[in-house]
Amino acid sequence: MTDNTADTPAGPVLAADGRPLKASLNRALRAQKIRALLLIAPLLLFILITFILPIADMLFRSVENQIVRETLPRTVAAMEEWENHDEAPGEDVYAGLYIDLFEAAEFRRHTRVGSRLNYEMTGISSLFRQAGRGVGRFDTDIYTDQFTDLDAAWADYATWTGLMGDSAIRAALPETAASFDTWVRITIEANDDDPAEENIEDFVYFSLYRDLAGSGYSGSNALLSAAADAVGGFDSISIRDQFEDLDEDWLNPELMETIWVYSPSYTPGYFLTAIDMQLSADGITAQPEDRQIYVTLFGRTLFMSLVIMGSCVLLGYPIAFLLANLPMRVSNILMILVLLPFWTSLLVRTSAWKVLLQQQGVINDILVWVGLVADDSRLQLINNQTGTIIAMTHILLPFMILPLYSVMQTIPPSYVRAAKSLGATDWTAFWRVYFPQSIPGIGAGCILVFILAIGYYITPELVGGRTGTFISNRIAYHISSSLNWGLAAALGSILLGVVLILYWIYDRIVGIDNVKLG
Amino acid sequence: MKLKTALMLTSGAVMAASVAHADGHMANSMTLVSWGGAYQVSQVNAYSAPYQEMHEGLEVVWDESSAEAVARLRAMNEAGNITWDLVDVVAADAMRLCDEGLAMEIDHDEVLAPAPDGTPASEDFGDFIVSDCFIPQIVYSTTFGYRTDVEAWGGNTPDDICDVFDLENFPGQRSLERRPIGNMEWALMCDGVDQADVYDVLETEEGIARAFAVLDTIADSTVWWSAGADTPQLLADGEVVFGSTYNGRLFSLIEEQNQPVAMMWDAQVFDLDGWIIPEGLPEDRLARVLDFVRFATDTQRLADQALWISYGPTRASSAPLVGQHADLGIDMAPHMPTDPANATRTFLFNYEWWADYRDDMDARFQAWLSQ
Repeated sequence: MTDNTADTPAGPVLAADGRPLKASLNRALRAQKIRALLLIAPLLLFILITFILPIADMLFRSVENQIVRETLPRTVAAMEEWENHDEAPGEDVYAGLYIDLFEAAEFRRHTRVGSRLNYEMTGISSLFRQAGRGVGRFDTDIYTDQFTDLDAAWADYATWTGLMGDSAIRAALPETAASFDTWVRITIEANDDDPAEENIEDFVYFSLYRDLAGSGYSGSNALLSAAADAVGGFDSISIRDQFEDLDEDWLNPELMETIWVYSPSYTPGYFLTAIDMQLSADGITAQPEDRQIYVTLFGRTLFMSLVIMGSCVLLGYPIAFLLANLPMRVSNILMILVLLPFWTSLLVRTSAWKVLLQQQGVINDILVWVGLVADDSRLQLINNQTGTIIAMTHILLPFMILPLYSVMQTIPPSYVRAAKSLGATDWTAFWRVYFPQSIPGIGAGCILVFILAIGYYITPELVGGRTGTFISNRIAYHISSSLNWGLAAALGSILLGVVLILYWIYDRIVGIDNVKLG
Repeated sequence: MKLKTALMLTSGAVMAASVAHADGHMANSMTLVSWGGAYQVSQVNAYSAPYQEMHEGLEVVWDESSAEAVARLRAMNEAGNITWDLVDVVAADAMRLCDEGLAMEIDHDEVLAPAPDGTPASEDFGDFIVSDCFIPQIVYSTTFGYRTDVEAWGGNTPDDICDVFDLENFPGQRSLERRPIGNMEWALMCDGVDQADVYDVLETEEGIARAFAVLDTIADSTVWWSAGADTPQLLADGEVVFGSTYNGRLFSLIEEQNQPVAMMWDAQVFDLDGWIIPEGLPEDRLARVLDFVRFATDTQRLADQALWISYGPTRASSAPLVGQHADLGIDMAPHMPTDPANATRTFLFNYEWWADYRDDMDARFQAWLSQ
């Protein structure tokens, strides 16, 4: 027991250079891995920058909602104090809204937030468009006049820069300071003017009045003290009434509620819309029945993709079997027939199906001529689900045949012969010996066809009619027509999620290792 | 004769002015975006080819992307790289682009040429200036074509919008556009709503239900199209007997392809098409575009465009100058949607209203369709 270490070394195995073998191996492997990584790095970076990042950025829009908070910061802040949501909020919120809208209109951002909120409540778009012109004509000039009548120095830009340079005064007059900064920013950035040469806008005096009338002024500045003493006697207006004069809808609590509900920087609103729900004052509720469409469309997209996949298997399997088992010369010609439509433009093939399938089309004409169908009851084969399924099955068929064919080619014919020589019938030999070996090809074809079908757009748009359109048609509509990119992103995210889940289920049931493309 | 001289003088003056402006601070190429097809050909012939003759060395690139212009402009704006100089869009899209801050607001009297008699542009275009960003070009309409050889109609021809919804007297398949705009208004008008009240009624839940109830009556015998070329093809094949599309498409089907189809102008929906200038162009390109747009929207140029396509010019002063089709040699005036004989009952759809209600109405319409 004393000295057996020499025979059976308990320490780690050492490499020739005296390091432990494991570490030495790891080092060599790591170098190899880094080299491999560097080799694929250009491609990886390329895909990351041109593919993954843009998609991630696009999908991120499904929750992004900074626009309301950024365009209407004062309004949103004032709404924190809004208690009774059954009634329109008080003066403070509208005071904030006035200045926010004024600023947004100068930077031409008010209509943007209007279109954003119009997705949630019809009519907001034109309210905001109107208000962009309207807020400039509010009667807030009475404050300007009263302050400048009190002391002409109030009209001077120099007076203001003096006051606003003093941090104690800024702290005492928070609204005024913010409004003044906003005005300077508008003058310089939006209008390209020199603030020193421009008249200070009414809303700055309006804020000054609110500050002084609200909390007074106890500092040592004589000009301000005089103004603070005088504001008690000033004529005043209600900014809420000004909004009411502009359009009485501004006092609609529902409108203000919509602004409030959609004020957070991130919102589940788009995702809720995408599953026929909505975010409203009472929390999350279902959309009214006559506006529910997305769940139906998701269901239809999945169902029809499955049907298309199924018909591709049924049609593709015998063809692939023929291709793999006929002599090379014949199978090559057949192969060209399979590939020919593959090389033809998608639009051309879809339009060809229109001509074939329509009621006055070739197929119906033949059926009528043969006498299978009466002339006045021609079959409706297009502009419905049937049309989409027929056209898409044809278009996606090569994606089923090609993987099937390449898998079938690798199945040695001797297996079937062996089965037959052992007494199996043709059917048993096919079903028990041949078919199980072709399953990896079916798996690969199904995944390809299904995933391509689920995102298909052009064909359903052209031949889908009422009942044969897919969710992708709505996504395209929201991207290119309604500009509701948030909703489009939410619909796209859901579609992506569904595909990934189905892929995962497929992996659990069939096993992704069992898929072969050749 | 006098008018002609006056015209020549003005266009001479315009030409001289633009040459005098020349060309140092202007970009040497511009990208124009339009819809392709016969419409774009008319624009090339009437606007850009003569302009290029006046400005040697100017390169004009045409892009056929107007259908997705709104989305593309937003993407360009976000990327900070505007590659388009002038974009042809429908009025509703122009409003949307203006709202989004993607199109430039212009002063119409300053940017556009006055009429030959000196009427300022804003008066010459009148109500067609529907947005501060929009430079109107043409009036087109969405209207109906019907086959003239339908036996089941017993020799009757439709002349009223409500015939579209009358399956008893005018049996057969119809084709309508797969969107609510136009269809909802027609349905309500045929449910006894006065044309002036259509939008007020459509704002109520009850009104929407009424419109859908009317559409329900023909839903099963209707093909819903999404591309303007669909209805002409369906009519030519006899797949439908009655269908809506843009009047220029029907003109080409009837006059150029001689199909047994006729127009029904009743209750045609006017729509406008025009230019917008993208926001944020660099100075030299903007100068070039402003120079081009002034030329391309003057009275004579707008009248010229009507030589190649049956869309009406938006300037009041252009209407008397519309002549004969460049190839067919037929008078174009009777084929214009604005011709008094065709325009006995029309409406210009309410852009403001649709800007507000489009999203909501579209959701309902699609939900109704997919039932």
